[in-house]
Amino acid sequence: MTLMDSAMTPQGGDSARAITKLVVMAVGGQGGGVLTGWIEAVARAAGRAVQATSVAGVAQRTGATIYYVEIAPEGVAVPVFSLAPAAGDVDILIAAEMMEAGRAIQRGFVTPDRTVLIASEHRALAVSEKMVPGNGIAQADEVMAAAEIAALRFLSADMERLAVAKGSVISASLFGALAGSGALPFSREAFEAAIRNSGKGVEASLAAFAAGFEAVQGAVQVPQAEPLEAALQVSGPAAALSDWAALLNRVETLPELIRDMARAGLQKVVAFQDCAYGTAYLDHLERIAAIDDPVRDHALTHEAAKHIANAMSYDDVIRVADRKTRAARRERIDAEMGRSAEQGMQVTEFLHPRAEEISSLLPAGLGARVQASALWMARLDRWFNRGRRIRSDRVSGFLQLYLLAGLRGYRRRTLRHAQEQAHLDAWLERVTEARQADYDLAVELLRCRRLIKGYSDTHARGLSKFDLVMAGADLVAGRADAADWVRRLREAALQDEEGKALEGALRTVRSFAE
Amino acid sequence: MAERSFKREVQDLKLGAGETFTGEGILAITKALLESGVGYVGGYQGAPISHLMDVLADAQDLLGELDVRFEANASEAAAAAMLAASVHYPIRGAVTFKGAVGVNVASDALANLASSGVTGGALVIVGEDYGEGSSIMQERSHAFAMKSQFWLLDPRPNLPSIVQAVKQGFELSEASNTPVMLMVRIRSCHVTGQFACADNQRPPLSVRDALSEPRRDFARVVLPPMSYQHERDKVENRWPAAERFITERGLNEVFGPESAPVGLVVQGGMYNGVIRALQRLGLADIEGRSAIPLYVLNVTYPLVKDEFLAFAKGKEALLVVEEGQPEFIEQGLAAMLHRTGSPVRLHGKGLFPMAGEYTGQIMLEGIAGFLKDTAPQLLPGQVIAPNAPPPELPDLSQTVPIRPPGFCTGCPERPIFAAMKLVEQELGKHQITGDIGCHLFAALPPFEIGGSTMGYGLGPASNAAFDGGGARRAVSFIGDGGFWHNGLSSSVGNMVFNRSDSVAIVVDNYYSAATGGQDVLSSRAKNPSKATGNPISKALEGVGVKWVRQIDRTYDVGHMRDTIREALTTDYDGPKLIVASSECMLNRQRREKPLRTQAIRDGRRVEAPRFGVDADICTGDHACIRLSGCPSLSLTVLDDPLRDDPVASIDQTCVGCGNCGEVADAAVLCPSFYRADLVHNPGRWERLLAGWRSRIITWLQARRARQVLDFGEVS
Repeated sequence: MTLMDSAMTPQGGDSARAITKLVVMAVGGQGGGVLTGWIEAVARAAGRAVQATSVAGVAQRTGATIYYVEIAPEGVAVPVFSLAPAAGDVDILIAAEMMEAGRAIQRGFVTPDRTVLIASEHRALAVSEKMVPGNGIAQADEVMAAAEIAALRFLSADMERLAVAKGSVISASLFGALAGSGALPFSREAFEAAIRNSGKGVEASLAAFAAGFEAVQGAVQVPQAEPLEAALQVSGPAAALSDWAALLNRVETLPELIRDMARAGLQKVVAFQDCAYGTAYLDHLERIAAIDDPVRDHALTHEAAKHIANAMSYDDVIRVADRKTRAARRERIDAEMGRSAEQGMQVTEFLHPRAEEISSLLPAGLGARVQASALWMARLDRWFNRGRRIRSDRVSGFLQLYLLAGLRGYRRRTLRHAQEQAHLDAWLERVTEARQADYDLAVELLRCRRLIKGYSDTHARGLSKFDLVMAGADLVAGRADAADWVRRLREAALQDEEGKALEGALRTVRSFAE
Repeated sequence: MAERSFKREVQDLKLGAGETFTGEGILAITKALLESGVGYVGGYQGAPISHLMDVLADAQDLLGELDVRFEANASEAAAAAMLAASVHYPIRGAVTFKGAVGVNVASDALANLASSGVTGGALVIVGEDYGEGSSIMQERSHAFAMKSQFWLLDPRPNLPSIVQAVKQGFELSEASNTPVMLMVRIRSCHVTGQFACADNQRPPLSVRDALSEPRRDFARVVLPPMSYQHERDKVENRWPAAERFITERGLNEVFGPESAPVGLVVQGGMYNGVIRALQRLGLADIEGRSAIPLYVLNVTYPLVKDEFLAFAKGKEALLVVEEGQPEFIEQGLAAMLHRTGSPVRLHGKGLFPMAGEYTGQIMLEGIAGFLKDTAPQLLPGQVIAPNAPPPELPDLSQTVPIRPPGFCTGCPERPIFAAMKLVEQELGKHQITGDIGCHLFAALPPFEIGGSTMGYGLGPASNAAFDGGGARRAVSFIGDGGFWHNGLSSSVGNMVFNRSDSVAIVVDNYYSAATGGQDVLSSRAKNPSKATGNPISKALEGVGVKWVRQIDRTYDVGHMRDTIREALTTDYDGPKLIVASSECMLNRQRREKPLRTQAIRDGRRVEAPRFGVDADICTGDHACIRLSGCPSLSLTVLDDPLRDDPVASIDQTCVGCGNCGEVADAAVLCPSFYRADLVHNPGRWERLLAGWRSRIITWLQARRARQVLDFGEVS
């Protein structure tokens, strides 16, 4: 064995405290490796001993990744570095996504005695968040709150947006934020030199670097996604416009607390059909308002304003065709895809009509007979049921959609309309009935409309979940906690596709109700 | 074409004496091989040494100049078998692969090699994939060194130590006629640092020259009676020779004070973690000088008894820092102490957890715990009695979602599993096995397809018990990498020979994609030094498969679904093979993007497809995501008081693969998807035509706007 001359006496405190320990936590594909390389280059250029490590492999494929850098203090030529970060022993933590900041806190890499936490506020959603039929998005504000407690200094901005706005990627804006934080003892020029020496996409990277640098110093506001057009621009035939004005006036007679929602709902149903339909909407709403309780802040009417509007503007072929042929849509696509005036744009729609959609477009009586006939449904499927790619930038493709959208005037005679109308009436009747005994239950029943969404099978599944929850509501009606149970059932129904959670919740309900 | 190019870095491999190399661990290893006069190199890719194979591939010109033969072996077994060249010839050879799975595959060849013994230095460089970020079962390669008796190096994880270990490894191998395994842990492969270079050496005898003077020595053939002599030779000659070499050349190192009541016995690879823990306890300084004696095992097998006992002498207690289990080293050292009747108390597992990585925290707790028991006077006060409790932090365990790896944006494998999921919705759940490779991500949400993985190329073989009929046919998946690695014979040949009535789907993405996009036999790219373009379907026919369906565009979800359904329902009762081929999107983008950018710059017409979602048509059910999971298909929360649920949205990273449109069509999901092809540099006629179209469409839109109310919403 080789005997090394390497003894020392105990020092009583952490001798590696002088080593700067920096962790980058990112999502695979975010360029964490590039960022790490830049940091290493800055330190090396300043004459510091430095070491970087990473865990490559399958983790790169969109999984959580971690990079680790140690920088020795000046004058230490051959330090012994650690290859992995340790809990409670990190000076700078860069999180390239908000939940990764949360993960860093969970792992103990962010501590209030020393860690500067630099995080991007944007979210890259995990599959588990995205696949929930309802809203499964994790709460970023919980992480933000934890970060305030966990870190010595917490610096954050939407680094993704800052970078994209400069035509670059997040590694550059995060590098700028690191420089701007002042957590490393190197000049801004030294950081920028590292980008220049890497030689690829230098100008865009430097711009994003500057944006990140200034963002953590509070010098600039992060640009918002797209400024929303606040002022509503209504256009159309004069008669309709005056009808619209009258409808708006009618909203003014509703309780003030619910007017905003009612206006939004009204616009949705009028855009879906016409002003007469808007009148029907307000009729429904006023009937609900009449049985509402002002002491409860008109919660019933508020929910009704929202869910009746959604129920009345159901997703039929006519609506889809209408939305896809609006002038504003084409402008939106051009803006989203970044089309310049010299460039062309081809738009292909993916449609797949089935016998159900075709037959529901028929006049109510005929449609009902066709749907009852297996023979006719099979025939319709043979004629129509196939995926259709429609080029809506071409006149022929556009015209197909345009003509369908033109069926709007005829819509109220369709089978689909009759079905939706019947469903709406039955639902509102139940709500009205429930209101007499249990206000909260009535509110929850209104909210159950959220379960009905999607097209074809998805729509059918939503309807069946709605029916199941309604059946569950029957079981608990009369109990003091009925409303709470309906809420729970609805939330269970939104948790997974097959309705396993709902099934479990219903079993529980049955166990005490039957 | 590999995922990462080292064309620039390999220039540094030409550095000579007096120059300093700066870079990654894997490059340092390659440089050390060249400085050692290696005659041939090979291996099989797999994390964490994939990049070592890529470096070797990118350095082929330099290897050629030095007369070094490079082989991209078909498997780890093939790589280990290649070391046979060092059995009879005094030529140094090195191969590399992933541990512990690579060692499993190679064990037949390694055992034979170890029995024969070697003349030239034979080095197996194993990337030990253990702990955080590992993609395999957690086992140790160490056991293979013990069972076959070849030597195991585990150098301290810094570039100079690793480089030195390569050189010493060859010498040790030659001094003891035994192959040597050099283990580099997952982070050492990518650790960056510097070392002083030496000149590259041409091999004294090249493999090319060796062919003109073939040699054989029956004494090295593994056949009785020679094999009995090999075993005795191992114990009586090779082992003592190795111990002598290790001792005389000082391969293991001792740090710290000469005398102390306690000491640490440390695997070389654990050294830095140990020093960090000691630094935090104030027992080591920033440059590694230590107040506690350390016996650092750069050679973890064999253990040298005399050396260890000399270190243990006079100490009251020792702590063995040995990651993973079983604790072979601790057991070996305990036996040595026991047999000599030593009073030294040996600690190890117990203070350290039996299973799992020795992270910074575990190292700190283990060493502090040992010192508290055995030498508390050495510890700083606050470790023995901490004065302030750590701060209370909010619990985020319910908030932060797990983020396992998954298919990349535009991955051609996603539609295969979307189709499988649709078929299962129709026909019911099936018995499904996976293999090794990217396609194994299908086991995770949102697909949740495949319940077992038995080894590389063994997907269909692992369904062999299930091909005797039953309610529904068993299905297995295998990647193109696994197919050529072992699958053609072990899986497909097995199905044919046993008249298996099951279905196997070969996921052919043109590369060994999961390991970084290396070429395989069926790759469609032209490779200047390898023979590509050998179709999998032809191999299937050649081995006797009668029912083969070749799909050349996996994104056609409908066709994919129909083909799988056909395979599951056909009357044919032999093996049914579907080859689902589309190029790995990561590689395709890397290949096409620069060409596209150049074409646009040159003013040529280019269509750039991307997908979009009409937010006001999307109802927020997310069925599309449950059939896709594409990273670019995400959710957005609308600024609309009427909408409770976030709707689907597609971000600018979309590569326009078309999967979401196809899935929406095949599964009849919803009409909110559209494809937008941005046309760069459209021709004159095209622009004219677009202008006419636009005028007609605008006129129609204006006409409608006069009839109905328009609120001008843009969502």
